[in-house]
Amino acid sequence: MRVSLFITCYNDTLFPETGKAVVRVLERLGHMVEFPRGQTCCGQMHYNTGYQAEAMPLLERFVAQFRGAEAVVVPSSSCVAMMRDHYPKMAVASGRAELIAEVDALLPRVFEFSEFLTKRLGLEDVGAYYPHRVTYHASCHGLRNLLLGDGPMRLLKAVRGIDLVELQGLEQCCGFGGTFAVKNADVSSAMLAEKTTAVLNTKAEACTACDNSCLMHLQGALHRQRTGVKTVHLAEILAGEDGVGR
Amino acid sequence: MSGVGLDPKTAPTFPMAAKAMLGDTQLRKNVRHATDVIQEKRARVVGEMPDWQELREAGRQIRRHTMEYLDFYLEEFEANCTRAGGVVHWARDAEEARGIVVGLVKASGSDQVIKIKSMTTEEIQLNSALEAAGIHPYETDLAELIIQLGEDRPSHIVVPALHKNRQQIREIFQREMKLPELGERPQDLADAARMFLREKFLRVKTAVSGANFLIAETGGVCVVESEGNGRMCLTLPETLITIAGIDKVLPRFQDLEVMLQLLPRSATGERMNPYNSIWTGVDAASSGDGLRDGPRVFHVVLTDNARTEILADEEGRQTLNCIRCGACQNACPVYRQTGGHAYGSVYAGPIGAILTPQLQEMHHAQSLPYASSLCGACYEVCPVKINIPEVLIHLRNKVVKQNTAGVAGLFDVEAGAMKAMAMIFRSERRFRAAQRLGRVAERPLVRRDGQGEGWIGWLPGLLGGWTQARDLEEMPKETFRDWWERRGRDGN
Amino acid sequence: MATDMVTNSRAEVLRRVRAARGGTSDGVAVRAGWDGIAREYRRKGTREREGLLALLEDRLRDYDARVVRAAGEGVGQSVAKRLVERGVRRMVVPVGLPVEWMPVGWLPASAGEVEFVVDEGLSSEELDDVDGVMTGATLAIAETGTFVLQNVAGQGRRAATLVPDYHLCVVRAEDVVETVPEAMGRLQETAGLATTFVSGPSATADIEMTRIKGVHGPRSLDVILIV
Repeated sequence: MRVSLFITCYNDTLFPETGKAVVRVLERLGHMVEFPRGQTCCGQMHYNTGYQAEAMPLLERFVAQFRGAEAVVVPSSSCVAMMRDHYPKMAVASGRAELIAEVDALLPRVFEFSEFLTKRLGLEDVGAYYPHRVTYHASCHGLRNLLLGDGPMRLLKAVRGIDLVELQGLEQCCGFGGTFAVKNADVSSAMLAEKTTAVLNTKAEACTACDNSCLMHLQGALHRQRTGVKTVHLAEILAGEDGVGR
Repeated sequence: MSGVGLDPKTAPTFPMAAKAMLGDTQLRKNVRHATDVIQEKRARVVGEMPDWQELREAGRQIRRHTMEYLDFYLEEFEANCTRAGGVVHWARDAEEARGIVVGLVKASGSDQVIKIKSMTTEEIQLNSALEAAGIHPYETDLAELIIQLGEDRPSHIVVPALHKNRQQIREIFQREMKLPELGERPQDLADAARMFLREKFLRVKTAVSGANFLIAETGGVCVVESEGNGRMCLTLPETLITIAGIDKVLPRFQDLEVMLQLLPRSATGERMNPYNSIWTGVDAASSGDGLRDGPRVFHVVLTDNARTEILADEEGRQTLNCIRCGACQNACPVYRQTGGHAYGSVYAGPIGAILTPQLQEMHHAQSLPYASSLCGACYEVCPVKINIPEVLIHLRNKVVKQNTAGVAGLFDVEAGAMKAMAMIFRSERRFRAAQRLGRVAERPLVRRDGQGEGWIGWLPGLLGGWTQARDLEEMPKETFRDWWERRGRDGN
Repeated sequence: MATDMVTNSRAEVLRRVRAARGGTSDGVAVRAGWDGIAREYRRKGTREREGLLALLEDRLRDYDARVVRAAGEGVGQSVAKRLVERGVRRMVVPVGLPVEWMPVGWLPASAGEVEFVVDEGLSSEELDDVDGVMTGATLAIAETGTFVLQNVAGQGRRAATLVPDYHLCVVRAEDVVETVPEAMGRLQETAGLATTFVSGPSATADIEMTRIKGVHGPRSLDVILIV
């Protein structure tokens, strides 16, 4: 399959290893990956903070970049949730029939990375090796908006060498919420403290998720507290290979 | 006697109020415990229902249908209630509603009223108006009694005193009921409340209630409660005055078959709460034993108080579908940290974050739509499927439009940054330039840790909130797109 | 002037509603809209009679009510046993309570160990002075452990089942339904009567979410199921 990668703005800038891992997994599975170079941002931050008008050109940009794609893979559940939950409404609000039609046609081909593997390709074992103790954090958008369910966990369970341990309070938000983390920094920190406590209780070496925004948030506190626990995107675990290491 | 009510007009912003609440360890422990217990109970009784999602969908459709034809159902309710001997009043706003109620209480010849818990009377701050008119209101719900005697404020829609533990409640009762020997078991405290209020129930001739549902088809009113204080207020006095928002209408009696399944399980985690009362006007003694049952005089005050404003907003309208179960509060990770008072409104939690600013016609409480991480837990538990995150985002847009209107908008730091970012994202070239610039700009802030990794522990301005409790790793040397292009060139 | 104000408020609120909704609702559209509401939830229960009664008993007990079964002439004996156990001296009963539910020899009022007072318009204070109340019920809902009282013969005024501290309710097996929708269907014809759904004794969870039995309503509840 020809897979078009929408890397997302913050993965591109801050977490390039995630993108590389996605490429490695997809190519290992025999797919051809392409990266439309004009892509930037899905508009989530603007839309969710109340700047809906600023998000509109970004929707148009996304459609222009990916309209010909066979499948679009996005290693970020919140960005996919933005598109699925809000792009159709935004298109309708624009009143432009061709945009509405293009959004409707494109969205069924857009997948979050783990979702692409489990639901589109029907895979669980992607041939990964990762000999570490790991706990999985379900991001709210993945859990409630994309309904990823146990898909990510099934992918992780199939990883050779992994010591997977369940996180208590899986359905609880880590407190990131985009600009919420700075606008309501105190409450966000309190929510984060609960989540990091749960992570530490698992005695895992690494916490993984399908969304680097949650992981950046968790990592910020885990590093501040010098816990020695790292965060790693699911794709990076699935990219792990015996003899290659990480 | 009662404390100053929560008033969104004068309340501090949510982040400020929340900061204070986060420092109250006792309150946080109490709130955590209560919301944990209630969530666990709810999950158990919701799990028993194989058709829960179908009930939610029916609930959503009934509420949406009601709002679509609200004028019809209000008039139908009025006609049927009047035919059954009730007197229907209409109030445009809180002030008018207060005036009507004070007038009716005076006309009943009583200078005291017994009250069953009602969010609408809290919303319109009825108690202080009654007191100003020389009328003493007795709150009869146990939690409301605790709030009233403690000169406190409600912090939850269903369990308004959940922020107090038994020791704190005991202290209030000892002091206010003059019971120095009072024990601290919940049973002792409930018994004290029973003793204290029994005399009022038997003596006070006028009662004030809210309503859970107004049934248009019959003109009936339904009140859902647990303790029996509601039944006392609804049946023993001679005059009953019920205050309800115009959103409380339900089309038909049959629709209760949905609501009476959704509400108790969502609100208190019970299959059915101990008592549901349904009555229609005043009893004409036409049936049964020939004895009159309940008050001789019954008034309903239908209150708008900005609900029509919400109704007019297509995206905000679903807020009115709320049946006040409080499930969203228990599920909300923000509410669970701060409790209800931080919201500066009787409607706290996720539903409060959307309802309060709209009831204020967006003139106050503008920080509330931001009091959410948009995690969606509220939407997941809402028995009538109100998409609270969607409404939150819609209201944020309204706030932004307010803040960026006119000259002041030009100096709004956040808006400036957002517009600049949007500008950057509209061009790949500008985006790449910004990525490079970011690496340069962050350099003075980056410190090396023991492993030689660069981390930022302090950020200026709006971003300073991040580094309060979190570090930020320095930007990698190479972006993904640079890697991708290099890889293409190198032919890997 | 006052009347003007009242009329104006009504007109104004309705005007605002209509402005918000784009016009006056049409009755035909309203009915069609209501008929179109999706009701995919369970309307009818699936249990056989024994399963149904067992469910009701289980749910009543879960909410701290005591439940026993009785048949035929055993009802009066069962009532007598409950009242002795509860140690009540004076019971109020509504007009029209079936005489066969009374313990043999306990009527007329002063004949037995318990005094029965028929509610012929007792004041609240008088009701506060009796130990308990005994009534029938219109129906019971097994799934929720609820019985429904209406202002009819044998069930009486709402105040009579509220002020006394003990309630003994007699429910006929044929009046037990499984689900809430079945109950509402049966109640539709008498929807205008004062109706009370009772599920267990009075309770509260306002203090630390600890469920406490009994605040203002009857603190003890017994149910006799006639089979």
